Amino acid sequence: MVSISNKMTENKLNPDSWVDQYADYLFNYAVARVSDAEIAKDLVQETFLAGLKSAKNFQGAAAERTWLIAILKRKVIDYYRKINSKKGKAEVRITYSNQSDSAGDWLEENVADPFSTLENDEIENEELGQAIQECISKLPKKQSAVFVMKTIRGLSTEDICNELGINPSNLWVMVHRARTSLMGCLNENWFKL
Amino acid sequence: MINCEQASTICNKKQYQEASLLEQIKLSLHLMFCKACSSFSRKNRKLTILCNKADLQILSEQEKIKMKETIERSS
Repeated sequence: MVSISNKMTENKLNPDSWVDQYADYLFNYAVARVSDAEIAKDLVQETFLAGLKSAKNFQGAAAERTWLIAILKRKVIDYYRKINSKKGKAEVRITYSNQSDSAGDWLEENVADPFSTLENDEIENEELGQAIQECISKLPKKQSAVFVMKTIRGLSTEDICNELGINPSNLWVMVHRARTSLMGCLNENWFKL
Repeated sequence: MINCEQASTICNKKQYQEASLLEQIKLSLHLMFCKACSSFSRKNRKLTILCNKADLQILSEQEKIKMKETIERSS
């Protein structure tokens, strides 16, 4: 049994690097769904702990990231169940479309349509945010660190160099690699907008 | 004249408003002749716009350290 799973395991769990690699990605996902940073943070934390607990059941069939996001999805559902039982009514924050007369399968109607120009910006930006975070989480660790510090935290070149112990030309090489990877990773649909 | 590597570095700096005026002039001159860099420059600018639009949220370093500690304690 062990040998089989070892052979198949190209995907391994690395709990030590979870926070660095996936915390932001999971956090963005959660924030988009519960619209509250504090709750989202707790959900991410719970996801990591639940992941640790069930790590021995991890078969390696899915990538680590996919596996963690699956756990987080259930945590979000659990969260809504909990407030549902507390208040006696569900506070569902799924964004329905305004066309209430549409008949047919709800799920199908809500699938993102890359050709639609009717989507409202909020949903689009939410999806965009997740797409970018997913791409960032696929970058090598150092590149993603530099990119996040520069682009999201908006730190100065000097501060980043001091913190990471690199020189500016190193930094720009890493920024360049990160940006090039992101351009390749982000679906080209985003670039057509 | 600058080569493509220098042009891409200036282009990256420009995304963070860190390219000097002289660098920007050199870059625009280069872009007039270099198709590859023009295309890179367009995509790069678009990436900046997308990142701004997405309003990316991240956890602070302290919050991440706290998370790591909690994970370590329970593993």
